[in-house]
Amino acid sequence: MATETIVYDKIKGVHKIPLEEFYTSGHRTCQGCESATTMRAFIKVAGPRTVVTGSTGCMYVANTSYMTTPWIVPWMHTQLGAAGSSAIGMAAGLRALKRKGKIKDEPINAIAFCGDLGGGDMGLSGISGALQTDYDLLIIMYDNESAANTDIQATGLSTYGAQTTFTPPGSKHRIMQRRWKKNVAGMLAVGHPTCKYVATACATFPPMDYMNKVRKALAVGGPTFIHTYDPCPKGWDFHPRYSHEIGEFGIKSGLYPLFEVIEGQVVYSYDCRKTAKGRIPVKEFLVAQGRFAHLIPEDIDYIQKRVDEMWEEWEIPGVAPIKGILK
Amino acid sequence: MIAEEPKIKNVYEREDLLTGCQAVSQAVRLADVDVIAAYPIRPYTEVMDALSKIIADGELDAEYIIADSEHSQFEIVKHASSVNARAFAGSSGTGWCYGFEALVVTATDRLPVLFLVGNRALDDPGAFGVEHNDAMAVRDMGWLLAWVTTPQEALEHVLIGYRVAEDKRVRMPMALAMDGAFLTHSQHMVKIPTREAVRQFLPPYDLGDGRLHPDNPISIAPQVNEDWVMELRRQNWDAARRARGVIKEAYGEFNAVFGERYSTPFFTEFMTDDADTVLIGLGTVCAPGRTACRRLREKGEKVGFVSLRWFRPFPTIELRESLKRFKAVGVVDRDFAHGSPDDGGILMHEVRSALYPLKNRPAITNIITGLGGRDVSIDDCIRMYEIAQKSKTDDKLDNFVTWIGVRE
Ligand SMILES: Cc1ncc(C[n+]2csc(CCOP(=O)(O)OP(=O)(O)O)c2C)c(N)n1
Ligand code: SF4
Ligand SMILES: [Mg+2]
Repeated sequence: MATETIVYDKIKGVHKIPLEEFYTSGHRTCQGCESATTMRAFIKVAGPRTVVTGSTGCMYVANTSYMTTPWIVPWMHTQLGAAGSSAIGMAAGLRALKRKGKIKDEPINAIAFCGDLGGGDMGLSGISGALQTDYDLLIIMYDNESAANTDIQATGLSTYGAQTTFTPPGSKHRIMQRRWKKNVAGMLAVGHPTCKYVATACATFPPMDYMNKVRKALAVGGPTFIHTYDPCPKGWDFHPRYSHEIGEFGIKSGLYPLFEVIEGQVVYSYDCRKTAKGRIPVKEFLVAQGRFAHLIPEDIDYIQKRVDEMWEEWEIPGVAPIKGILK
Repeated sequence: MIAEEPKIKNVYEREDLLTGCQAVSQAVRLADVDVIAAYPIRPYTEVMDALSKIIADGELDAEYIIADSEHSQFEIVKHASSVNARAFAGSSGTGWCYGFEALVVTATDRLPVLFLVGNRALDDPGAFGVEHNDAMAVRDMGWLLAWVTTPQEALEHVLIGYRVAEDKRVRMPMALAMDGAFLTHSQHMVKIPTREAVRQFLPPYDLGDGRLHPDNPISIAPQVNEDWVMELRRQNWDAARRARGVIKEAYGEFNAVFGERYSTPFFTEFMTDDADTVLIGLGTVCAPGRTACRRLREKGEKVGFVSLRWFRPFPTIELRESLKRFKAVGVVDRDFAHGSPDDGGILMHEVRSALYPLKNRPAITNIITGLGGRDVSIDDCIRMYEIAQKSKTDDKLDNFVTWIGVRE
């Protein structure tokens, strides 16, 4: 299997997760913020020989205030659409300095993170540029399905039908977010044939899955990309206690496919079709959140139909929305 | 001190016929730049063409990245600079504006990247020719900004630019502006310095405790809000003020290594000794300006030309001291500032404001010309001198601003 081709330092059990933290106190993200968990986990497993940039968004504004930075590793802000280019800049600079003997030649991870708006909408072209290079870099797109920092506006990755401050339900239009969730990881994998590793993940489910994906991405070499699904209690309107469960519902319902594309090979990290219960109805995910409270049964049916299509009609289920060759 | 080191015998390796862009590419090679990010837009692109060949031929060891947009191009060099790599980029016109967000943060992050701006008219409508509004857009953002007038000066100002920009007392990005076509693509003989001489003048780039590296785990540009932003703006302000002194120092040391190349750092005067009327302008307009000046001198007119080189920091004191000797100053703008006071150009506003504290100010008049690359002829310049001369006695000029070379 393709996974075997990546030689990496695998975390084999929850007790083996490194204890040391490199993302600590000092941030002021909401209680139950899954994106904060995404931050904490990636740097835990990347370790201290890492340089990080983060684009504008909750994980900047709520995360990194002057004099109370939570980052133990070197960290720098980058512009909203600049995660990809910031990663190139760091990686290229370090490579030149090492090659020219200006700094010690040692492995240093270059990681850039961005939100769904910053990375999935605005910064796509920069990320695409980064994935075409041969630099060792990792881009993590933490997807909380809104421009959370600016008070929860819909993005190209918000789930269909979601209420946000740009997509309020009204008496004439019940649904204002009429775009289907953009398939960023699939698109990037398909569009960048030389990129060796693209994955989707969720910080907490299945346990250690995300951490091992970060380890793999850093070990495989070259530019890599991970898209994480991050439930956001404030933006999705649920009690912070349920952050992990809601991510799990998204994955189990098939709305959030979990996969890796390793040198062109698809590996399902959690195949919702093959569990005992099979794919759970997407309704279980939707009704747990206030942002879908205005949906009527037909809307839920529509979402279910599209999710079914992802798994039953796509040539590569959940990964690429191509339905094969028209005969 | 550098100046006291033994003088290098061979400060030049050869002489070559080079365009402005090619001269800059040679300087980038000599500065041993580590990271270059390229994106095509006329007319600055030629520098990137030249650099890619220099790298392909193994004459410079640098990362050369073809970016997906100017925004990425500028962010790439900004972040390369943050890990202590010497970085180079550039652009023109609408490309420069496409990456504007990145240009702003490069200055507020105090990263001393050097950019070539091959001045070009902003769209719409499309025009390849020179206009200064592109580079001028960063004038208040904490950038160093200078215009050069020959390929030789262009080469030398890459070296001077890095030196000033990277100086610990400054740490500001540097925009080296050059008139599109008239300088980016015009060939002159250029003396190319030796590496040894350049090494003596330009110390290695060292961000010190500001660099992003695992051995120096700092957080750069965290959210500050109203708690700190004003103090940080103040630091930028101080740096820009300190830059004037550092620039003077740099020219002194440049002259010490390369011979007396520059008598004054901020601007160059032509036939001004006994002049009563001068024109002042940025960039290549000095060429017809000086020729016109010479012709008028033959007729006994006491005219001169001042080529301003440094626009940021603006040489307020030096320029004030110089211009107060004259009765009339005609400011030649290759830019526009629609709806500004008196509807004049950007340079005029700056010069007029620098002269304001003088008790006996020279008469000032403003000429807008050469937009979009329109040729500025010698006759045009003769007219400009005449307008400036007239302003000595007639301060009630109907039009304070005269457009020259426009179809009315
Ligand atoms: C160029 C630019 N446009 C707009 C903004 C305003 N802005 C700041 S954060 C943000 C939302 C970012 O959303 P996302 O990337 O999804 O991150 P999140 O806030 O959800 O964590 C926006 C629009 C900005 N900082 N820069
Ligand atoms: S709004 Fe959402 S993403 Fe932002 S800090 Fe709160 S929980 Fe996290
Ligand atoms: Mg978001």
